[in-house]
Amino acid sequence: MRQINVALVGNPNTGKTSVFNSLTGLNQKVGNYPGITVEKKEGVAKLSRVLKAHIIDLPGTYSLNASSLDENIVIELLLNKNDKDYPDVVVVVSDIENLKRNLLLFTQIKDLGIPTILAINMADRMDRKGISLDVPKLETQLKTKIALISARKKTGFDNLKNLIANYKQISTEACCNASRVDTEYFGNLKKTFPNQNTYKLWLVITQDANFGNLDRNQIKSKTKSFEPKSKSELKRLQQKEIIARYTFINDTLKSTLTKDINAAKGLRASLDRLLMHRIWGYLIFAVILLLIFQVIYDWAAYPMDFIDESFAHFSEWTKHTLPAGQFTNLIAEGIIPGIGGIVIFIPQIAFLFLFISILEESGYMSRVVFLTDKIMKKFGLSGKSIVPLVSGTACAIPAVMASRNIENWKERLITILVIPFTTCSARLPVYLIIIALVIPDESFLGVFNYQGLVLLLLYFIGFGMAVFSAWLLHKIMKTSQKTYFVVEMPNYKVPIAKNVLITVLDKTKSFVFGAGKIILAISIILWVLASYGPNEKFKNAEDIVKTEVKTENLDLTQEELDTKISSYKLRHSYIGYMGKGIEPIVQPLGYDWKIGIAVISSFAAREVFVGTLATIYSVGSENEETIKQRMSKEVNPIIGGKLFNFASGISLLLFYAFAMQCMSTLAVVKRETNTWKWPIFQLVFMTGFAYIVSLIAYQLLK
Amino acid sequence: MISVADLKSGQKATITDISSESIPLKLLEMGCLPGNAVEVIKIAKIKDPLYLNINDTFLAIRLETARDILVKLIEE
Repeated sequence: MRQINVALVGNPNTGKTSVFNSLTGLNQKVGNYPGITVEKKEGVAKLSRVLKAHIIDLPGTYSLNASSLDENIVIELLLNKNDKDYPDVVVVVSDIENLKRNLLLFTQIKDLGIPTILAINMADRMDRKGISLDVPKLETQLKTKIALISARKKTGFDNLKNLIANYKQISTEACCNASRVDTEYFGNLKKTFPNQNTYKLWLVITQDANFGNLDRNQIKSKTKSFEPKSKSELKRLQQKEIIARYTFINDTLKSTLTKDINAAKGLRASLDRLLMHRIWGYLIFAVILLLIFQVIYDWAAYPMDFIDESFAHFSEWTKHTLPAGQFTNLIAEGIIPGIGGIVIFIPQIAFLFLFISILEESGYMSRVVFLTDKIMKKFGLSGKSIVPLVSGTACAIPAVMASRNIENWKERLITILVIPFTTCSARLPVYLIIIALVIPDESFLGVFNYQGLVLLLLYFIGFGMAVFSAWLLHKIMKTSQKTYFVVEMPNYKVPIAKNVLITVLDKTKSFVFGAGKIILAISIILWVLASYGPNEKFKNAEDIVKTEVKTENLDLTQEELDTKISSYKLRHSYIGYMGKGIEPIVQPLGYDWKIGIAVISSFAAREVFVGTLATIYSVGSENEETIKQRMSKEVNPIIGGKLFNFASGISLLLFYAFAMQCMSTLAVVKRETNTWKWPIFQLVFMTGFAYIVSLIAYQLLK
Repeated sequence: MISVADLKSGQKATITDISSESIPLKLLEMGCLPGNAVEVIKIAKIKDPLYLNINDTFLAIRLETARDILVKLIEE
């Protein structure tokens, strides 16, 4: 079967992705463009018995003048004939209500000499909006073929596929030639490079992107003699190009498009009046945030508990079913819990993206950006950063993934970097047990419980630190991209269920197969470190403990003996020795080597801290009360007195508030930023900061 | 000369000139061109960002950008 390359291009909010979903169904995959974090969506559609289309859904853009990484992708592909994805035919998706603005991009692409089809989406709304269009006349004037489609009603796709299949019949002539902007300049370009497309040359000269075989410097050296002298002159020419194109479009549409201005536009106005209201707007947004928070914090707990238990059972079952040995242990204690540690995030990710994609699809997210811009811009964040930051209070993993929707690269990166400071739910078990140990259960002024106040304070510290470091990064980070704020307020739409589901599926898949690999690898390493020791003591743990018990004449049940053995094993495992190794480093913070072990193993996930301490202190049950009692008896080996006192407790709380104690977050940041640079920066910055703060706190309070 | 930043909510005007140095190209691409109509939407009473209808496109821009769009008020 023959295959052709098709590129889908269009303005944001035109339903381009719905068109892509309708053409390819589930026959699509999401990847990354090499080296950057822009999502690459591609899929396959069958056009006829002998012809397939490989379709790329390019990032939404208003024109070929790129101002972001996403938009660069579009020009880079359209200008590079050697790219394996270089399209045989481009489909420009536009929507009927904003046809005028959508045609700007169309005329630019047409100018590149690539066969270009115009697909007009939401054609089913024409009657209701009082719009009529003279399609044959428009086809002649734009020198193209037009498909009227509706992704919502699934109409017009046979015609569109037919046009794609017969792309060779479409004229490659420009409909609005850029050379009319400045005949002298473009004439000179043509004279210098007679074999090149003039508009392509113009784009290479004006855009800041990579173009494979076209070397910008080489071109510029030849155009020096007639090149505009300054940057502003060049920009002036770009502006003239836009004006020229709009003049052409206005003339074209005057004779082909009629709009009955009296047709209803009431829905937008009444919804805006409510959702963008000075008071109601913020209140409604707060309620939506609260709901999202509730869902990923609370509702997601049910499927998560189920996953947790299922994997525990499965691990048990494997242990009993497979022949005993190292290999079985690796599977039952290393690999299965490791996979469980990935799967457990799926409910939160799926729920969060269900909400986010509904907010995006409905057009509400742009209103959120509008409402929050003034506050967020002070910290170098986008209005869209609010949703990830608040979700981070439940879990950083889905929150980091949610920052994908932020268009501006710098704002997106800052959001990703500061999210882990917010108090995620994995910190809670650590906070609760330490607070119970070192903060008195008394009331302040008879109303406020000290323990509750400290917990609240920790939430504020986390959020405050996130905002403060955002501001700091905003001041420090240099960017070549000029940030400006021009946000379209799209029409409200009922989200299409299929689009929402595909988004949820994509995000979940990209987490499981992207970040999941790293999480699995680290959890296996941590398991090996905890399950093997460097010397005989680990191997002979059972005999040593049994002899000890016998000589001391202790009367233990089998269960008590087992916990004593696992405690001995952990102390003499690699992690145990690492804990002892870092003792000199953590001592100034008020910790001993046992806490050192717990700190290292809770790098897998913060809540592991409590369980590890339980094992070290050979507390059989994971019952919080029992662990707490045991912890309160612990004596500081150097200075005597209680190990968990006010000073070391506060130091631990601050350490867990700031330190990057979560391998899954690091893995997902690596996945989202496509480099190890940023997760390592996070690890060093956050843990370093945590160390310093805890050190100061302990030394002042002890 | 007044700019979009000086318009009261609900007022309509015609764009006369754009200060070409600092204005983002994207705004022009969205139809913010001399001769086109601009209206400050009454609905959102928030002053910054501004909620506008330019040439049938609804968009929001910051006050600082609005100062670069010079307009002539349309008398009602």
